[in-house]
Amino acid sequence: MVSVTLLPAATRFLVRGDSAAAATIGQAFGVPLPRQACRSTEGGRRAALWLGPDEWLLLAAEGEDALMGDIEGALDGVPASLVDISERQVAIDVDGPEAAEAINAFNALDLEVDAFPVGMCTRTLFGKAEIVLWRTAPDRFRIEVWRSFAPYVLGCLAEATREYRVSSPIGDLCIT
Amino acid sequence: MNDSRTETGGRIDRSRPVEFTFDGERLKGFAGDTLASALIANGVHLVGRSFKYHRPRGFLSAGAEEPNALVHVDRGGGRETPNLRATTIELYEGLATTSQNRWPSLAFDLGEAANYLSPLIPAGFYYKSFMWPRSFWRHVYEPAIRRRAGLGVAPKSADPDRYLHRYVHCDVLVVGGGPAGLAAAIAASEAGARVILCDEQAEFGGALLHETRGTIAGQTVADLVIEAVATLAGRDRVRLLPRTTAFGYYADNLVCLAERITDHLADPDPELPRERIWQVRAREVILATGAIERPLVFPENDRPGIMLADAARTYLNRYGVRAGKRTVILTAGDSAYRAALDLHEAGVEVVAIADLRASPDGTDVAAARAAGITVMPSTTINGTLGRMRVKAVDLGMIEADGKVGGGERVPCDLVLMSGGFTPSVHLFSQSRGRLAFDAGLNAFVPGKPVQRQHSAGASAGAFETEACLADGYAAGEAAARAARGEPVSRLRAPASRDARHAGYAGMAPSQRSERGVKAFVDFQHDVTAKDIKLAAREGFRSIEHVKRYTTTGMATDQGKTSNINALAIVAEAVGKPVPAVGLTSFRPPYTPVTFGAIAGASRGDLFDPVRRTPIHDWAAEQGAAFEDVGLWKRAWYFPKAGEDIHKAVARECQAVRDAVGIFDASTLGKIEIVGPDAAEFMNRLYINAWTKLEPGRCRYGVMLTEAGFIMDDGVIGRIAPDRFHVTTTTGGAPRVLHHMEDYLQTEFPELKVWLTSTTEQWAVIAVQGRHAREVIAPLVEDIDISAEAMPHMSVRSGKIAGVPTRLFRVSFSGELGFEINVPASAGRAVWEKVFASGERFGITPYGTETMHVLRAEKGYIIVGQETDGTMTPDDVGLAGMVGKAKPDFVGKRSLVRPDMLKANRKQLVGLKALDASIVLEEGAQIVADPHVPVPVPMIGHVTSSYWSPSLQHGIALALVAGGRARMGQRLFVPMPTRMIEVEVVDPVFLDKEGTRLNG
Amino acid sequence: MLLIPCPHCGVRPENEFRYGGEAHIARPSRPDDLGDQQWADYLYMRTNTKGVHFERWRHIHGCARFFNCVRDTVSDRILETYPIGASAPGAAS
Repeated sequence: MVSVTLLPAATRFLVRGDSAAAATIGQAFGVPLPRQACRSTEGGRRAALWLGPDEWLLLAAEGEDALMGDIEGALDGVPASLVDISERQVAIDVDGPEAAEAINAFNALDLEVDAFPVGMCTRTLFGKAEIVLWRTAPDRFRIEVWRSFAPYVLGCLAEATREYRVSSPIGDLCIT
Repeated sequence: MNDSRTETGGRIDRSRPVEFTFDGERLKGFAGDTLASALIANGVHLVGRSFKYHRPRGFLSAGAEEPNALVHVDRGGGRETPNLRATTIELYEGLATTSQNRWPSLAFDLGEAANYLSPLIPAGFYYKSFMWPRSFWRHVYEPAIRRRAGLGVAPKSADPDRYLHRYVHCDVLVVGGGPAGLAAAIAASEAGARVILCDEQAEFGGALLHETRGTIAGQTVADLVIEAVATLAGRDRVRLLPRTTAFGYYADNLVCLAERITDHLADPDPELPRERIWQVRAREVILATGAIERPLVFPENDRPGIMLADAARTYLNRYGVRAGKRTVILTAGDSAYRAALDLHEAGVEVVAIADLRASPDGTDVAAARAAGITVMPSTTINGTLGRMRVKAVDLGMIEADGKVGGGERVPCDLVLMSGGFTPSVHLFSQSRGRLAFDAGLNAFVPGKPVQRQHSAGASAGAFETEACLADGYAAGEAAARAARGEPVSRLRAPASRDARHAGYAGMAPSQRSERGVKAFVDFQHDVTAKDIKLAAREGFRSIEHVKRYTTTGMATDQGKTSNINALAIVAEAVGKPVPAVGLTSFRPPYTPVTFGAIAGASRGDLFDPVRRTPIHDWAAEQGAAFEDVGLWKRAWYFPKAGEDIHKAVARECQAVRDAVGIFDASTLGKIEIVGPDAAEFMNRLYINAWTKLEPGRCRYGVMLTEAGFIMDDGVIGRIAPDRFHVTTTTGGAPRVLHHMEDYLQTEFPELKVWLTSTTEQWAVIAVQGRHAREVIAPLVEDIDISAEAMPHMSVRSGKIAGVPTRLFRVSFSGELGFEINVPASAGRAVWEKVFASGERFGITPYGTETMHVLRAEKGYIIVGQETDGTMTPDDVGLAGMVGKAKPDFVGKRSLVRPDMLKANRKQLVGLKALDASIVLEEGAQIVADPHVPVPVPMIGHVTSSYWSPSLQHGIALALVAGGRARMGQRLFVPMPTRMIEVEVVDPVFLDKEGTRLNG
Repeated sequence: MLLIPCPHCGVRPENEFRYGGEAHIARPSRPDDLGDQQWADYLYMRTNTKGVHFERWRHIHGCARFFNCVRDTVSDRILETYPIGASAPGAAS
């Protein structure tokens, strides 16, 4: 079984800057920004996802309106870019033993847990939509996708997960 | 009934009878049968008509290489598949099949006349005969030929089945589940590798499934297969994919598999996809694809009842079906002797084994002799008789000098042939590996692999079961080690050098002259030995040319049974050795793949993402018509009852000009540019100057390619000294961001500035018209929107309707206007509040069509409509925007190249037809003088054209050579039915002074 | 579909990338100083190499970085990738 759920709204910032800025921002955010490529850090109800060498996605609960000012205040002139993208994208939770398989119906990455461990995150393609894919547990992924692409991604996931609803097995593998 | 079915034996389930139909006739078989085995069990051998001559055809093979027995399967409800090989269709209750390429019936096919006209239809006949008159080809000859020659009929209705794709990675992919493949998968998985084993058949085992003789390490072959499959099924890291054909081998060890999930089920669960394409990325690939028996090329070798020896053995041993009662076997190797023994033991009368070799010997030959079977060395077949089924063969004696004499006529209903085995090197060749000719096998075998790939078993030239098992095991171990990155040197199992496997390639010796006989090489495309020799005589030397001229090997079976014979015939005709003639390329797919599988889920609603704005549903509820702009759905116009697009647009235009309109601009691309060097970056990327733009003000920006041509435009607001809110065209957003990132990352990395796409962060509501300010005023908090405090081209942050906003005072209509940016999720609520607030002014929702008319009345360009990638700012009248004082910006240097300064460049002008009621066609060409001789020089074209409800005449924007110098001139727009005379006018048709938008 | 080693993210499938033309063609720092022919050469003239080719790619659906790549245009094999700003590897040239 795989369950596909649209997650509630969240506070999101896109951070861009050099490593000095990243350090400052991580301190203000309460979660250090990951320096390792395609990895995330988490703390409390916040997470920071590495998207590129100078680019991070910060996630927090909905309504953390003061965060922007807090981080900008901490930066105090350190050159960086902080942009509120809370509304730009939505999050989809894909959960279940076949979660990786279902995502692999539209995504070409190796999602075996040794190749794509828990905590790994990356921008990638899902069919014809760009997404951020983040493994939050061995059988669980979070997909961040631009708002208008979400119906497409949900439609694809619905198509990919239909076969897991089959009660009887597909049939004898071999007639031996 | 007949007694084709044996009493015992085979792998069919005799406890599960299955009913099916062929050409409407109800027949019975068993679970485990293929359509082919069940038809033969019912005594049906005539199953198809050949492509060109409509000759009656039966089963040549028992596998995927089958060229003749193609049928159409109809599961009802539009689930139809033509051109399926009867030899690979699994029987299920209710399977409904029909034969193809015959009319009116299989037994009485009028197209067979072609067979008797065949002396008139040599190779290249169509190329030679239907040359004249030229125009007849498309409309007369080709449709007629296509009707007469051909395969199945494509279904007419949409395919209701579902298809999926899946990407998967593994350490070792093993293609082929015969002895070598099973052994390889066991060895690789034993070493801990993540393994995928696929096989095109329903059962793993390959050739072992019809091997009933002998034991291996004390086990029967059947038990060996059971144990091997059970072992693999019990291993966690092994994925078994039966009914799965590896059809393409691409770069970086990407192998594509087509899995048939439900085709064998009588009543498949609708939740299951019918087929799945697996895109396997394997660290190591093992090709254990087996070998295919070669037919022998002798006169009339295509009659129903003439088949490959190994096929008859398969039908008997695997399906419990005798393919005939009385058989003659023609062979060039030992394997056919095993078929003879099996058939003999099953009660089939083996009249004789004719062997092309002078002195066959060895254990199998001895065993046949011991069983009392007549073995005739140096014997060939001079011809065969029988129309719907073979009824006799004429044997021929091969003399010591190679000449062939006459021989006895032997009645029979089954002729088996065996020209040896051809390794299946298709995938190896697709992987770009070079093939090596093995003279001992008379066949090509894999040379050095060029990807991380290993060949094993019969596909590598090892033909004995023990050799295949050993070779496969070694390959599996080596691949598992290589996948871990360990150095590997595996000794390749030597190809069988045993002369017993040499077989034969080319035209078999025959008493009859090649003229007037049909000795088929390519059964599916009806190519005979004579055709190929003719091609050689006519001067074709390259096998690639012979292939295209004769079409040998170009049918849906891609010459699996014919290529080597064709090659040998060409080699002999041109007097070269086979390897010197070379081999044609193998291309994917190995066997045909359905279009549905290739499309996967990319159809209907999932063909492309459909992007909708936060306000889309409101527009849909109002009955808006939508148009596609890139992936976006945009409201096009909002018709009221009884209105067509023209009436609706006229009303919407009037409302904006006279009162106020509301427009969804959410699709505009948006990029946030942040950092201390933001203004400097803007200076370098846009033609105009940005340093002096105050925070809170906006400017229209134009962006060029380095070649100096307009690539995008949009209004840009400065939110703070270090922060710009850039808008782009709807379609241009990704392109602009890519262009900006390119310069920032590779040319200006020293700039402290960063880019973030915010297109979908904001919903954008445009309120345009003289009442715009009054409409929004009650909703706005914290912003003074008076004309004095917030002039045209300014931006403020504050709140509207209780949510944060970036409020722009801008206009793309020429009227007083605001563009309200609010967080996307609040878009619809704010829109509805603005709409409610505007109702007292008659606020009118308008769509993209009205937006286009309004902007055209003002002479505002649309990038991609007035520009085509070759327009400079000056061409479209924007030279004044260029920041000439700036030392540099992208595209600046190009603007002073000589070609960019020519006076006769096309320039943007307005056009008005002298007959004011005419609306010109967009794209129409413009000429200066229609009376000069043809070809009339064309000096430009219409880029935008509308009926202007405000002006009550047609308006057009056009690009005209030297256009600005032609103001007031009369030009002509030639149309098919009339010549329209137009006047060149200023492109700004309305309110040139801008009093409306500054209101 | 090729596998392309992104210098930041590791080996990824080709559909995450966009091709960016020949590498190591620096934009002239003072374009105005260039004659028309020199500027046209910069804009349009490329080596069109048969064999080892230095080119740009962008991991547009990944880390979004441009990077340089050494590819053999005959075999379509990628020999090496390296970040923008790094000098061309001598081993491949």
